Amino acid sequence: MTNKLLPRPRVLRSLRVPLLSRRKTERIGGRLFLITTALPLVLVVVIALALLARTYPILETQPIGELLFGQTWHPLRGEFGFYPFIIGTLWVTLVSMLLAVPLCLLSAIYLAEYAHPAVRAVMKPLLDLLAGIPSVIYGVWGLVAIVPWVQNVAAPASKRWLDFLPFFAVTNTTGYSILAGGIVLAVMVIPVIIAVTYEVMEAVPNGLRESSLAVGATRWQTIKHVVMPKAAPGVLVGVVLGFSRAFGETMAVLMVVGNVPRVPSSIFDPAYPLTALIANNYGEMLSIPLYDSALMGAALVLLVVVLIFNLGSALLLQHFLARTQA
Amino acid sequence: MTHISIRNLNAHYRDHQALKDIVLDIPRNQITVIIGPSGCGKTTLLKSMNRFLDLVVGTHISGDVLIDGESIYAPGVDVTEVRKKVGLLLQRPFPLPMSIYDNVAYGLRIHNMHKRGRGLDAAVQHYLEMAGLWDEVKDRLHVPAGRLSVGQQQRLCLARGLAVEPEILLGDEPTSALDPPSALHIEKRLLALKEQYTIVLVTHILRQAKRLADYVVFMYLGEMVEHGPAQQVLENPQQERTRAYLEGEI
Ligand SMILES: Nc1ncnc2c1ncn2[C@@H]1O[C@H](COP(=O)(O)OP(=O)(O)OP(=O)(O)O)[C@@H](O)[C@H]1O
Ligand SMILES: [Mg+2]
Repeated sequence: MTNKLLPRPRVLRSLRVPLLSRRKTERIGGRLFLITTALPLVLVVVIALALLARTYPILETQPIGELLFGQTWHPLRGEFGFYPFIIGTLWVTLVSMLLAVPLCLLSAIYLAEYAHPAVRAVMKPLLDLLAGIPSVIYGVWGLVAIVPWVQNVAAPASKRWLDFLPFFAVTNTTGYSILAGGIVLAVMVIPVIIAVTYEVMEAVPNGLRESSLAVGATRWQTIKHVVMPKAAPGVLVGVVLGFSRAFGETMAVLMVVGNVPRVPSSIFDPAYPLTALIANNYGEMLSIPLYDSALMGAALVLLVVVLIFNLGSALLLQHFLARTQA
Repeated sequence: MTHISIRNLNAHYRDHQALKDIVLDIPRNQITVIIGPSGCGKTTLLKSMNRFLDLVVGTHISGDVLIDGESIYAPGVDVTEVRKKVGLLLQRPFPLPMSIYDNVAYGLRIHNMHKRGRGLDAAVQHYLEMAGLWDEVKDRLHVPAGRLSVGQQQRLCLARGLAVEPEILLGDEPTSALDPPSALHIEKRLLALKEQYTIVLVTHILRQAKRLADYVVFMYLGEMVEHGPAQQVLENPQQERTRAYLEGEI
């Protein structure tokens, strides 16, 4: 009631204005953050839906099981089995992971825990440099060095000594193989994984190392029981980051894996990863019925595989964090 | 009577001399408190006693530290054995990334001590009791140690250190990150422990020194200025610099 009679004191009014507007800014800011956070998610969903829509024609003519597990890829006969490509992708990724991850862990441990500061100072920029090399260059290097090496050294050696093992049989003598693709991919992701892993290990507080050493643990015991468990979630992120890059970097792998759409049974067999399938064929031969739709399907499968990969690692990360949380 | 003898100890970080010709005898089963202004070398002196200075690249040490008359710097000495014998409490607690139970069991497992004598469970309980933490954690031994409060974490670190059966406990301002009640809790534990252990503490808090110290060492700019029974050094310092520090002038 008094409000109507008396003018509000000046001070109060001048106080109210910024307060109100600040609250408003905060609200708008909050929404903005929500939108920017949600945007990538929405984008993934939109892309997935678009791909699904374009894949629809082929899904109408063939059951999804036949598409995913069909072994033959013969577009002219209307046979579009993705299985060889999916398996090819997994093989190349697995081989490169087996090569890269142990090596990266050891290098990062060396750099973070043992190396002299001077060695670190040289290695860090070198790793960044390596990580920045365009993938075509790795592809060319794979062509002139790795493919011949597989052809002339690795394959004959395996034929002589490892032939009895599964996955090591040599029937392909060209050198264009999963092994070559895996090596090139590994070399590409190694600098990324080492850099991230090293940084994560370096971020482990020194007090933790000292706490372990103080009860008489050796350096290696400290690394094994304290530094690695503490760094594990970050290391996992580094590995995923490296391979997320690898999934996308079609170029180098495509140049050395041989691109034969057959289900491989040995690391010396050629393979045809999904990315290579899309990159090699999109824009060509689109007059073939359903071809375009099939390639979209391949893209969708790739997207799903990458999403599962990322989701799986996120779950693993959660598991680690829950166990060691500090 | 003397447990640790420091003989003409000099320590350099590259070309900076952090300790200058320290000669000091630390008495057994007492609390020795090292005081002095920031940067005077207290931490460096403490870390010379469990070979922690070895961990810093570019340190150079001369002179010697003897425990029970045996040099810990002699060639062929196993540093892990030295560190097992000389426990260290850091300025703030660092629970290892594992459960409360595993934190205490850590050293026992490292040194294969859990197979002899009473079982691991009993040992873990015993050392948690010694650190005054057992009652608070006995129902959640297997939760991650990071979930404890900072004060509880520091007592956990104490239990972890005690578990490897050291003879000496070093503490580098072990209560400075804690709230006053938690700090008093740790102090109470240390007073109880001096029956069995030789304790060497660094502190910035004069009142804490007065509460705990049997023996006091005053350092200034890398030199040991004065040392002696607590009463004598704190009440009636012989050196002008000690007096100035105690009165808050430096
Ligand atoms: N890693 C290091 N590299 C170079 N110099 C160091 C290093 N650690 C300590 N110093 C120097 O050595 C001297 C003594 O350091 P120290 O940590 O022992 O002092 P302090 O008495 O413990 O100090 P505070 O009370 O601040 O903890 C200081 O001048 C410090 O700058
Ligand atoms: Mg200090």
